[in-house]
Amino acid sequence: MNTPSIFRPLANPDVLLDLRSLSYGTGTRQILSNISVQISRGQIVTLIGPNGAGKTTLIKIAMGLLQPHSGHVILDPKLRIGYMPQRLQVEATMPISVTRFLLLAPHARKEKIDGVLAEVGATGLHQARLQDLSGGELQRVLLARALLQDPQLLVLDEPTQGVDLKGQAELYRLITQIRDRHQCGVLMVSHDLHLVMSATDEVICLNQHVCCHGHPEQVSNDPAYLELFGKSGAAAMAVYTHHHNHSHDLTGAIIKGSEQ
Amino acid sequence: MADFIVRALLAGIMLALIAGPLGCFIVWRRMAYFGDTLSHSALLGLALGLLLDINMQLTVVIVCCGLALVLVLMEKNKSLATDTVLGILAHSALALGLVMLSFTSIQIDLMAYLFGDLLTVSNMELVWIAAGSLLTLVVLLVFWNKLLAISLHQELAQVEGLNVNGLRLLLMIVMALVIAVSMKIVGVLLITSLLIIPPATARHFSSSPEQMAAGASVAGCIAVGGGIAASWFWDTPPGPSIVVMSALLFMLSATLRRAA
Repeated sequence: MNTPSIFRPLANPDVLLDLRSLSYGTGTRQILSNISVQISRGQIVTLIGPNGAGKTTLIKIAMGLLQPHSGHVILDPKLRIGYMPQRLQVEATMPISVTRFLLLAPHARKEKIDGVLAEVGATGLHQARLQDLSGGELQRVLLARALLQDPQLLVLDEPTQGVDLKGQAELYRLITQIRDRHQCGVLMVSHDLHLVMSATDEVICLNQHVCCHGHPEQVSNDPAYLELFGKSGAAAMAVYTHHHNHSHDLTGAIIKGSEQ
Repeated sequence: MADFIVRALLAGIMLALIAGPLGCFIVWRRMAYFGDTLSHSALLGLALGLLLDINMQLTVVIVCCGLALVLVLMEKNKSLATDTVLGILAHSALALGLVMLSFTSIQIDLMAYLFGDLLTVSNMELVWIAAGSLLTLVVLLVFWNKLLAISLHQELAQVEGLNVNGLRLLLMIVMALVIAVSMKIVGVLLITSLLIIPPATARHFSSSPEQMAAGASVAGCIAVGGGIAASWFWDTPPGPSIVVMSALLFMLSATLRRAA
């Protein structure tokens, strides 16, 4: 039974994408069951979860690349979406420059290229061959291509894949900046809660169903989250919260006798 | 110069001109084995044409397109690896064609279809080749950027609004068409080489997809000229001579590349 996406303006104009009780499976394996997610203007929603949790599948359903077995995808048909796929493997045999790659996007105009490349911090890469880019540079170029759509909603599937730790933090900062500047909604997939923490408004912890969701701090302490990643794994992934061995008074001074 | 040589040159050059850009897509999309499968099935089309007494070029195009559709369906099923499916189809089609040919009372020169018979191209066949080439060229020019986009990243192209399945089918139909018209020139066993070797030759010297396509056309034309000349002076079979010439050019380009 296939339920096609419903294209219609949403009742609440601030909601960009409304996924309602989506289920999906292949053969005997259930990949997603009863998932509901809403993304509003200016909001960053991050999907986290172990491998095989169905994060990419959910993104693909939201993008219309896969049809859900039940449930609805509701979005405005005129919604401009900028999509950044999980990875781009450029055939070694295809000689193509960054500029040419960006111009392949629909509605891409030459005079916009400088702007988007500068915005993602990839100035000077115009003539570079796509294959010669480092992991971080390639992700930035992909982000630039998504920005060329002048998106109201950015959908990023593991935007920091193949990027070193320092670069990952920079990329997340960049995504937050883009959200602030364009006031677009962002739906992204991430592995690392601790890095994405400061860059997200809502975290949805996915393992075929929604384990828990909410503000990042809330999720990192949620029993379902701790169980999913294991206590030690969760600690390694979660926000750095230092263990207090003392208490402060209102002025910040350590209260005598509170040390343990 | 003898008429038959002029016709052979014209036919060969027309084929080389379209094989360049089309071959680039085959190289970029890693469809070489797919091209082989299509061309092997061309013999089945030929046998059908003879048995049913219909225009052979037409039956070849129809059989090739039919096979392309079967392949798309089997790929969706995914119970076997693509190269296994291709292997099964290629050789079954070739064998079935040979078996069916044995039922016809008409004696045909099988060698001419397996390895080509460029020197006996008739005026009528020349018209077929010209029409097929022109159609292919128009399709490639019109859909160039879109085909390039789906070759770089299928899902990104789909989210950006391209009809990916339609474009893939279009590319397969164009390939079937080129195989049908080039059967007479190099034969079903050698067609793919003319589609693959020139782009591989041009690749090292190009900085854009368009340069690679044009370079492949030029390399193909040189190979056709050289092959026909060899055939003229040393009485070698023209089809294989063109392929040998093409391979020599490739080796030369690889050596030049290393020296540079």
